[in-house]
Amino acid sequence: MSLPHGWEMVVGLEVHTELQTATKMFCGCANAFGAVPNTSVCPVCLGLPGALPVLNERAIDLAMAIGMALHSTISPSTFHRKNYFYPDMPKDFQISQYDLPINAGGYLDLPDSTRVTIERAHLEEDTGKSTHLGGSGRIHGADRSLVDYNRSGVPLVEIVSGPDIRSSTQARLYASELRAILVATGASDGRMEEGSMRIDANVSVRHADEPFGTRCEIKNLNSLRSLQRAIDYEALRQVELLEGGGRVRQETRHWDENLGATSTMRTKEEAEDYRYFREPDLVDLAPDIAWQDRVRAGLPPMPAERRATLSARLVGANDAQLDALEVVIDLGLDPFVHHAIDAGVDPGLALARGANELAAGLEDIARLNRDAFSATLLMEQRGELSSTQAKTVLGELLAHGGEPGTVAAAKGFEQLSADTLGTTVAELLAQFPSEWERYRDGDEKLAQFFIGQVMRITNGQANGKAVVAELRARR
Amino acid sequence: MAPPLRREDVAHVARLARLTLSEAELDMFTEQLGQVLEHANDMSALALDDVVATAHPFGLTNVVREDVVTASLERARVLEMAPDAQDGRFAVPQIMGDAP
Ligand SMILES: [Zn+2]
Repeated sequence: MSLPHGWEMVVGLEVHTELQTATKMFCGCANAFGAVPNTSVCPVCLGLPGALPVLNERAIDLAMAIGMALHSTISPSTFHRKNYFYPDMPKDFQISQYDLPINAGGYLDLPDSTRVTIERAHLEEDTGKSTHLGGSGRIHGADRSLVDYNRSGVPLVEIVSGPDIRSSTQARLYASELRAILVATGASDGRMEEGSMRIDANVSVRHADEPFGTRCEIKNLNSLRSLQRAIDYEALRQVELLEGGGRVRQETRHWDENLGATSTMRTKEEAEDYRYFREPDLVDLAPDIAWQDRVRAGLPPMPAERRATLSARLVGANDAQLDALEVVIDLGLDPFVHHAIDAGVDPGLALARGANELAAGLEDIARLNRDAFSATLLMEQRGELSSTQAKTVLGELLAHGGEPGTVAAAKGFEQLSADTLGTTVAELLAQFPSEWERYRDGDEKLAQFFIGQVMRITNGQANGKAVVAELRARR
Repeated sequence: MAPPLRREDVAHVARLARLTLSEAELDMFTEQLGQVLEHANDMSALALDDVVATAHPFGLTNVVREDVVTASLERARVLEMAPDAQDGRFAVPQIMGDAP
């Protein structure tokens, strides 16, 4: 979408990511998504009087890893109480970092080579989860709410970008690149649909080169699609408001995915009354160089570098392959693709199977080792498995594990031996002399006819490419 | 030096904490909170320009624990403490306004 002529949108994003720790931020309760409600709670994360928080060392490691990946300066930092009254925060305050965050400054380079500045990436704790009953199901109409505190105190890092984003497409690119970085560092599983990564978008509009306009904050966007749609809607709403002689009011807005619209949640003036003050129960955090170096040494290559490495092996890639490359990098599947290419698989085939079959089976990826992936693709490449059969074998390996040859045999995919295929083709040529004649005269379409016949006779066990090779050899 | 505490400031803070104060209570707390703040003003009046800001009375940093799971509370015990529970969750009255 583009705004009416002369208008430009200015967007900054706040991305909250839950950290992949074993325990919560300030207590030893398990950080477990989807557990039975209120089974992972203790005096600390329930905010019972007298309970004292103690920082989780691993959460600090991961926060620093994020900062390093974003070129931030790891800084001495402190914790504050952000006070507000809401049942999902049982202490009536959230422990967060305020004026001194652990990661200060930084940047993220987008694949389109735009540089987005990072203002800060700080540690804080997540809130509990409310379910609203009664009324229309919307918060305002609810008769009562039920609260589960399993998520209360789960460690979060909030990454705040500068107002450097100029389109919803770019916002989406930023979010997806950041997600790939978070996954690469091991800090996050990047699962937006499960709420482990949530985005707030600050949106304003202006005439190009004028000062920034008044911004609105859209809360809790939980998919890349919502992010993009919400930003487009909000920017256009502001332009129309201003062109109609109105004024944008600084406020927090809610995105309704079904309506495709944002609406006022509350005005900003009220929300700013958080009365931040130092958390007296926590001392300063100042990781020394040795600690920082330990974290830095454990950092794997980041997506930008991995993208460059893989694309160097895909010379002359088409648009579909470039898209596939993004999928593979985003999901961290590139080690499989590299392994297959190293084993002699055609790069295009390795990429396609990575971006489709592996991506579809991401939940089960732990069951598939790289050797099995490469071996399956080599069988496909040699014509021992058809494409359909190779996909089925990969699906089976992901679902149940195993060894490709055994799985193929169990599925009845025993390759059609070259001899059998040769005999079958020879019989067909004798059976369809006029079709064979036309093919020999250069009518390539008839190859499909013969493939179809071979498939019929062999119950689909032949490989189309092998059939064509057989036909060519006899032409 | 901070301006003296006004009655409407107290009413505002009470509203943020979702406290309903009577007129008499507003008067009382304006006076009491005002005295607390006056004490803070006394401290601001001291000449402390050469004193380095202290973030915490303890000279400690990096107090951390290992990321190892410890036992959580028994759910039945937890919910017993709540005025009301439903479906294994704390039940709370209709929420007044939205979370910030
Ligand atoms: Zn706990």
